[in-house]
Amino acid sequence: MSLPDFRQVDASRRRVAGALTIAMMVIYFGFILLVAYAKPFLSQLIVPGMSLGILLGALVIVAAWVLIWIYVRWANTHYDTAIDAARGRA
Amino acid sequence: MNTSLGQPNVIAIAGFFTFVALSLVITYVAARRTRNAEQFYAAGRRITGFQNGMALAGDYMSAASFLGIAGLVSLSGFDGLIYSIGFLVGWPIVMFLIAEPLRNLGKYTFSDVVAFRLRQTPVRIAAAIGSLAVVAFYLIAQMVGAGNLVRLMFGLDYEVAVVIVGVVMMAYVSFGGMIATTWVQIVKAVLLLFGAFALALLALSRFGFNPLALFRAAADQYGGAVLGPGRLVSNPLDAMSLGLGLMLGTAGLPHILMRFYTVPDARTARVSVAYATAFIGFFYLLTFILGFGAMVIVGQPAIRAIDAGGNMAAPMLAEAVGGQAFLGFISAVAFATILAVVAGLTLAGAAALSHDLWVQVFRHGKASEKEQFQVARVSTVFLGILAIVLGIAFKGQNVAYMVGLAFAIAASANFPALILSIFWRAFTTRAAQVSMLVGTASSLLLIYFSPAIQIDILHNTSAPFPLRNPGLISIPLSFAVAIIVALAWPEPAAAAGFAEVERRVHVGVDEGVADSHLSR
Repeated sequence: MSLPDFRQVDASRRRVAGALTIAMMVIYFGFILLVAYAKPFLSQLIVPGMSLGILLGALVIVAAWVLIWIYVRWANTHYDTAIDAARGRA
Repeated sequence: MNTSLGQPNVIAIAGFFTFVALSLVITYVAARRTRNAEQFYAAGRRITGFQNGMALAGDYMSAASFLGIAGLVSLSGFDGLIYSIGFLVGWPIVMFLIAEPLRNLGKYTFSDVVAFRLRQTPVRIAAAIGSLAVVAFYLIAQMVGAGNLVRLMFGLDYEVAVVIVGVVMMAYVSFGGMIATTWVQIVKAVLLLFGAFALALLALSRFGFNPLALFRAAADQYGGAVLGPGRLVSNPLDAMSLGLGLMLGTAGLPHILMRFYTVPDARTARVSVAYATAFIGFFYLLTFILGFGAMVIVGQPAIRAIDAGGNMAAPMLAEAVGGQAFLGFISAVAFATILAVVAGLTLAGAAALSHDLWVQVFRHGKASEKEQFQVARVSTVFLGILAIVLGIAFKGQNVAYMVGLAFAIAASANFPALILSIFWRAFTTRAAQVSMLVGTASSLLLIYFSPAIQIDILHNTSAPFPLRNPGLISIPLSFAVAIIVALAWPEPAAAAGFAEVERRVHVGVDEGVADSHLSR
């Protein structure tokens, strides 16, 4: 495999993995900061029985699922193809 | 409410013995296929993505999650959710940064990856110390949980229960290795997911299968405050510290990282994390229903009366909605959970002792397969005895909190060195060593000086370190010393070896199995 090809794959993996990692951290620490500093905000009810805090908490779990789904889709299509191509030329 | 907790429950005992018998059968079958170190540590790398996803979920959903979080939610409402979410959000980090490079760069343990282009001996010693510290804290939590469970559900003594768990686990880990441990995890994960789902459905059936009706009932009974953040997170910095430790700790847990070597390649590792995250997220969403269900149906006074920490909320809910038989089933599931997690931890500890310390450090990588395998079995027995002793010594500790500390140590000791060795060219042997040792030592020291030890256990009036969880200080500290040391004392050979890391991270070894010599 020629090195420039492989550098390109490496750069795109770092970009995607880095962006998704930052997204997860922002979502999670955003939630934790709200828990720590905005208690009344999270305690308000949207509908009877459902507070904003519980809704956002469940959405953090859903967000983790969605980010993982995005990553798997990207890796299964773009990343694997690029690696196979680089390998084929080795 | 009346409860039969504390008296022997026939179904629980029968269920427990069935699980033990089943795991011994699995062990017998696995033992015949466990003839070398690769089978012992990595199940011959034949586990599929779905199977490993289940096994990862099994390793991760410990009794602390099931009993601890359900209890926390039942007593403090929303605050318990912080643990549920924190335990899940580590998984995307594992997926994006760790799983595939780890599989491509290592052989049996995460220190294979850290040591890949560095000098073996110093890195292995530091990594083994970090791993063993994490395993020890995690083991304490599980053993204490096991002892309490058995005492309350089977009517046995705490010490007897701890010894039984230790002995059964030693038998199946030392004979069946990773193959047995993986299948025990899978069986346990299915049981736990099914049990928790059934329990949540039964609880929700009282509220027309509408979670909002359940939450509303909780708010009516205990005040609207239970649906929002409360006193558990009175100190914002504590919440941040706990959150940071939970999120980054998952990617530093040796028994979780070890599972990625049981699959044939990096793509399968990727698939297994996706399945694991789906199962684990589903499970943590269920802990919500279980916690609020116990709060409303069982009632807080009854839960507190049985166990001040609320740890028995889920089993009590099972009895309230499904009677004695269902209580027995849930108790057996909870026990199976502990047994399986203890096995995974012991195997990871044994790998650190035998693969990292004995083979790589004392024998400089030149031990025969047979010798390696024997040392691993002896290490397992040693760790089993250690687990029993620690379990008895730490009787009465809070289970969920201890697990949180294990995560903080993992995030400080292992995570920075692992991530920097994969992604940073300028990383060096000395930096890895210092980062792992400072991470381990600082988190242990800060735990010792925290209010949890100084005020709650030693009964001092104040604590030198204000936070209950060390992560906020110890994780950045471990990263900082690694970066400073690497920049101050460059290691040209390690930087030169990075080209091979960059290639291997993507393609692994071409045969799909890591080769035997890992040093440069």
